[in-house]
Amino acid sequence: MTNARRFQIAIPWLVGIGLFAVWEAVCRLFDIPPFVLPRPSLVFATMLDYRGPLLQHSVHTLFTTVVGFVLAVAGGTAIGLAVGASSFVYVGLYPVLIAFNSIPKVALVPVIVIWFGIGTVPAIITAFSIAFFPITVNIATGLATIEPEMRDVLRSLGANRWEILTKVGLPRSMPYLFASLKIAITLAFIGSVISETVASNIGIGYLMLSASSRFEVPLVFAGLLIVGAMGVGMYAVCVFFEHRMTRWAFRSQDLIS
Amino acid sequence: MHTGSFVSIRNVSLVYGEAEEAILAVQDLSLEIEKGEFVAVVGPSGCGKSSLLKLVTGLLQPTAGEIHVGDEKVLRPIRGVGMAFQNPTLMPWRTTLDNIMLPFEIVEPHKRLIGRNRAKYTAQAEQLLATVGLGQFGSRFPWELSGGMQQRANLCRAVIHQPQLLMLDEPFGALDAFTREGLWSVMQQLWIEKRFTGMLVTHDLREAAFLADRVFVISQRPGRVIYEATTDIPRPRTLHTTFEPSFIAIVHELRERISQELNV
Repeated sequence: MTNARRFQIAIPWLVGIGLFAVWEAVCRLFDIPPFVLPRPSLVFATMLDYRGPLLQHSVHTLFTTVVGFVLAVAGGTAIGLAVGASSFVYVGLYPVLIAFNSIPKVALVPVIVIWFGIGTVPAIITAFSIAFFPITVNIATGLATIEPEMRDVLRSLGANRWEILTKVGLPRSMPYLFASLKIAITLAFIGSVISETVASNIGIGYLMLSASSRFEVPLVFAGLLIVGAMGVGMYAVCVFFEHRMTRWAFRSQDLIS
Repeated sequence: MHTGSFVSIRNVSLVYGEAEEAILAVQDLSLEIEKGEFVAVVGPSGCGKSSLLKLVTGLLQPTAGEIHVGDEKVLRPIRGVGMAFQNPTLMPWRTTLDNIMLPFEIVEPHKRLIGRNRAKYTAQAEQLLATVGLGQFGSRFPWELSGGMQQRANLCRAVIHQPQLLMLDEPFGALDAFTREGLWSVMQQLWIEKRFTGMLVTHDLREAAFLADRVFVISQRPGRVIYEATTDIPRPRTLHTTFEPSFIAIVHELRERISQELNV
């Protein structure tokens, strides 16, 4: 491994540690009370003290997020294929999708609670409803940007619409899909935590809300850090699959001459 | 009506767009291509040469006139045609070998047979790659190949399923002169072996004269056939052929006709 590569791996950790150091220094220097902004050392100590409940609630949040995300991938891909493959569906559905996406999802949670009760189901639905849109848009974009010559080659061979979709459309959309998954997974966390904050008695959002009502601000920050860390972790999972499945889209440009 | 030709274009006109923005791309154009013949179509840019290819394959429908391929009138995209464009349009997610095997997955009867006989089909594709000098590169991805190599793979994909009709739309246009002239010989070799009916659209008059049995000169838009040259030079033609007086005379005559057309 070269030094440059080692540095590349180390630098995100160094930046993270540096941020915590600055944060710690500012808190100590200006003597900021912990219920306004707790020091990172206190936040990590709190994390250790509350590791049982934190683990239980964060696992639940991770569960609702991942379920919502998986549903969003399935639903978003299906709608994206329909929108990208047919101009009728595009014209008809796109304004509705944009209207739906413009609604703040926090305003939707009470309605979902009336339909399904509080807890797990609204969190999953909220995560889904916020995460599917970028997936749909990107899949549709991938399909809409197929080179016309590629389409002509396939049509003159006698390919039908389904063959054009599966042989060109889908593989071509894969890099777009994976680009959108990285956005969608972070949005899914936002969705499930919002829902837990508004209407739940389990999950990291609920834990943070109840901690803040008791002025246990270090515990609120512990929850925030955990949500952030889970987001980074799931993002890394998406990147891993992206590189495995769409290696051709990250090609180097050097040619054999 | 059967005229004996494999491709028959009869008084075809094509209008692009609608109402006031309509453009007459091709007007009252007729030409016949025999089975197993290789023809080239040359003309000024924007004269409707590429439209002509799409009309013959049924990707476009004429506004007036009729086109027959085989004994059938062309009303929809005809199946099993080989096509190659200037842009190689290879799929970056497939290896070169998998790219040129694409027609086997779409064209009957290969589509039904390939599942059980994959080894046989793969061998056939590898053999074809070897004849164009890409034997070592089947497992490489297209983006790992140079422009000339990609274009060879593109030609392989266009001919692998033994199409009756091969349509070439300036396939060598983006290549440097040496690579281009090398590929003329590759193309000629493929044609001599497989004897498909070929139609080449090009700007390059030497290329047209080298590859074709007959060369059609198309007028400025709206496109009509204004001159037809027969290049009765024995095959296989080599690069030496292109320096012979008879070859130069043909190219010169083609150039004259296009110059006249541009000066009008």
